[in-house]
Amino acid sequence: MAVQEALAADPRTVAPDNAVAAEAASPVLEIDNLNISYFTRAGEIPAVIDFSLTVKPGEAVGLVGESGCGKTTVAMAIMQYLGGNGRIVGGSIRFKGRDMNAMSEEELRQLRGSQIAMVYQEPMAALNPSMTIGSQLMEVPLYHEPNCSQEEAFRRAVEMLGNVRLADAARVMSAYPHQISGGQQQRVVIAMALLSNPALLLLDEPTTALDVTVEAGIVELIAEISRSFGTSMLYISHNLGLIRETCDRVCVMYSGEVAEEGTIRELFENPRHPYTRGLFGCIATPGKDKYAKPLTPIRGQLPLPHERPPGCNFGPRCDHFRDGRCDAGMIRMQSVDPATAHRARCIRWQEIDWDNYRVEQAAYTPIEPGETVLESREMQKYYPIVDRSLAAMLSGRAVRYVKANESLTFQARKRQTVAIVGESGCGKSTFAKVLMGLETATGGELVFNGKDVAEQSVMKRTPAQIASLQMVFQNPNDTLNPSMTVGSQIGRVLRKFRIARDPQEIEQRVLDLLDVVKLPRAFINRRPRQLSGGQKQRVGIARAFAGNPAMVIADEPVSALDVSVQAAVTGLLMDIQREYDTTLLFISHDLGVVRYLADRVVVMYLGQIMEQGDTEAVFAPPYHPYTEALLSAVPIADTRVRKRRIILEGALPSVLDPPKGCPFHTRCPRKIGAICEDTPPPEQEAESGHSIRCHIPMDELRRVEPVIQYNAE
Amino acid sequence: MTEDAISAERPLPAPRRPFREAVKSIGLLRESWVASLGAGIVVFWVIVAVLAPVLAPYPPNQQIGPLKNAPPMTLAEEGRPYFTDQGMERTSGDELYILGGDNLGRDVLSRVIWGARSVLIYAPIATACAYVIGIAMGLLAGYRRGWIDDVLSRVSDIILSFPVLVLYVVIITVFGPSAINIVLAVTFASAPGIMRIVRGLVLDLRNRDYVAAAQTRGENPWYIMLVEILPNARGPLIVDACLRLGYTTITIGVLGFLGLGLPPPDPNWGNLVAENREVAQIAPYSTLFPCIAISTLVLGLNLLADGLREISMKD
Repeated sequence: MAVQEALAADPRTVAPDNAVAAEAASPVLEIDNLNISYFTRAGEIPAVIDFSLTVKPGEAVGLVGESGCGKTTVAMAIMQYLGGNGRIVGGSIRFKGRDMNAMSEEELRQLRGSQIAMVYQEPMAALNPSMTIGSQLMEVPLYHEPNCSQEEAFRRAVEMLGNVRLADAARVMSAYPHQISGGQQQRVVIAMALLSNPALLLLDEPTTALDVTVEAGIVELIAEISRSFGTSMLYISHNLGLIRETCDRVCVMYSGEVAEEGTIRELFENPRHPYTRGLFGCIATPGKDKYAKPLTPIRGQLPLPHERPPGCNFGPRCDHFRDGRCDAGMIRMQSVDPATAHRARCIRWQEIDWDNYRVEQAAYTPIEPGETVLESREMQKYYPIVDRSLAAMLSGRAVRYVKANESLTFQARKRQTVAIVGESGCGKSTFAKVLMGLETATGGELVFNGKDVAEQSVMKRTPAQIASLQMVFQNPNDTLNPSMTVGSQIGRVLRKFRIARDPQEIEQRVLDLLDVVKLPRAFINRRPRQLSGGQKQRVGIARAFAGNPAMVIADEPVSALDVSVQAAVTGLLMDIQREYDTTLLFISHDLGVVRYLADRVVVMYLGQIMEQGDTEAVFAPPYHPYTEALLSAVPIADTRVRKRRIILEGALPSVLDPPKGCPFHTRCPRKIGAICEDTPPPEQEAESGHSIRCHIPMDELRRVEPVIQYNAE
Repeated sequence: MTEDAISAERPLPAPRRPFREAVKSIGLLRESWVASLGAGIVVFWVIVAVLAPVLAPYPPNQQIGPLKNAPPMTLAEEGRPYFTDQGMERTSGDELYILGGDNLGRDVLSRVIWGARSVLIYAPIATACAYVIGIAMGLLAGYRRGWIDDVLSRVSDIILSFPVLVLYVVIITVFGPSAINIVLAVTFASAPGIMRIVRGLVLDLRNRDYVAAAQTRGENPWYIMLVEILPNARGPLIVDACLRLGYTTITIGVLGFLGLGLPPPDPNWGNLVAENREVAQIAPYSTLFPCIAISTLVLGLNLLADGLREISMKD
């Protein structure tokens, strides 16, 4: 068979030791002028335009861009898996010098999974739930190498599980996918991809579905793989911070085209395309500050694939746009620095004086927090879990409790932004539910505007109480009712809160609210599906602020939005908060955004508060060891920042069966001994208003080196 | 902020046009030829039913002696006597009985045409009743959960565990064959199935953020169920309604065939088959054409359901 011969002739399979040297000259993957279109009812829609990329052996290339920019389409094209309506309409993809577009199905099948492997976003979807991990792993060598024996396959699978840092490989081999955690599943998927010793590994948002501390472990593993295995990687992500931590080179895509590409250092420190610049201005890196150096949003929104502007796709959103030049015709990639292969798709890159260019962005004066609006005193929320099995009934332990919130004590004051931070299952959403009255507390007090609402469900609250406490939700596609117009949804709130009664008055108020959230008035008759994600989120904000609330709970309001839209929505939220003197309770797992936005931070783990204090205090030593690990886990898109790496071992424990003593002791890198396992830690005051719940003496915690430091320049 | 300045410049939105939107959504049918074909067949039978008095050449219950078991395309002999409400009349000789005559000498074509009326009145009414009950049960069970869900789900399990035909026979023999009892029987037998579909959809939809938003502004549960949740379940329900309308058509046919349907001499399709079943070997036409009528209507409804599903998958 031709493919087998080709593989045998491949220097990598013949003499692995010399492989890197032999192939140094020839790239693993060469994509040249690739054009991909989808053919739909509306006609041909170009998804990827004029895309060129070279991946050398052992190199990790990042492909970064917002939703719909075509990054996943490129990956699918490399796998030649475009689906029924997608087609490569121009250009070539060469893998080790062979044209993939010309290969037969049989040749491609030989290549996929052995020479080119892919890791997807959802590990659970990539693993077969009805097969053990072991048999799925063993399939790879058994299928791709005809001479491989069962024993050989087993041995290699176990070895590879060790390589991806999975402890207890024997247990994992005989487990089914649902019996291991999400982080472990993703490690298995990576192990599976590496088992065939691929020349190219495609990673499509491999950590997006995971918690930050778990993500940090996977990122570390990926960086290690490219070092020790010499595998070339194409890492697809929307997160510039992740790309910075895993890749050598980066390729920024915008609306189907590459906007800019270059080495990490060159592109992060010296971006030449206005879009790349804009992206960095939108990311909440440690250097940003909501008062002195606020984020600078990119105006407008991503163009739809069939409504791209003529010339530069970024033109309508660009401050450096010139009539007649930027929209004159297709713009080619321009070489910025041939030595580092830095290229940008901007005809004005030499004319723009970036050193002296500053976006007009007014600095704000810091707010003065007012009186206490919300006070949580030892609030508890337990959920009963009824075990209906016969054994449980006989032993009398039929009801167990999930301690979703255990004795939460903190305050929020007027005009303040208080962030609750933690990973999935830490109880931050439960707290929001109790506060909103969708659940009632099991114990403690929750004093809002002078009244205890802990055991008062929403049906028992007065309209004024309800109106003064509203919520902005996470998922823009879920926050609005798809069968109602924008106007009727905001109008309903006004009617319900008795702010306006007659239809004319309601319409006027709705139009005013649309103005406040900077949406066109015509949107009053639009349905949610006609809106983009950012626009939907703005409507959600208008709805929450319709009753002029004293406090708004924002549950990850921007985490599902594209980076360039995030900054604008965050800015809007802050502007309205400032104007209405609202207290903002910001629930998030993203410490980058929290550092930027919050005045106070409450760090939760498994239903308990581990640390709380003013933002600067929490983000500097002394840290709780969990806060320290969280800080280290957040990828930072700034090459000037040096980060101390702390990778947490193990998975998040289940809330059903939390560890005794300190809940964090099972993963804590600073665990001091048996006391952590038996005794709940005391609350120690680091300074006024900053408390840490830990057994480690405060003096010792103070001596910890900061996680994030700037490189001296 | 300079909001006033902004508002002054911003144009007022254009008024909505609900009629135009409705026409537009019907226009979506064109996107699937299956749906268009199904809709075409259904519309054909609806037109036939509405225009029955114009289209049917003869009164459906009129007996013409020599027409008994006559094959299709029979031309009447001149001067044959027959009886109407006004008394005895005679055939003029140019009458053409396109689909022939039945066991009692009635024109099959006219009876099939009038039969469309009775099925297209009772099948939608029965299906609609089943839907009202099934949706209410499904909303309650899916949204409220807890013991209400347990009770409603078990009750529907019990009803669904009986063979449908046995249920119909029992209900109609107890209450007697009449239009209202047919509606009742279909409602009783179909509502649990509808409830299950609605419950499943609600279990998914109740976790949406917009439902949480409605809850956090203190909306009453029935408002949430009917306004926030139900309209978003309409896609699968419309598809299911088309299929179920087809089943009900068959059911009414079967009940008529078993003599449990509308009382004779009502010309419904099931009755037509039953009346002529015994002579099917010598005069198959009089049973064949009502059967074809039932099949085409059900086929049309099923094609429409398939097409609608196909269209809804595209978006």
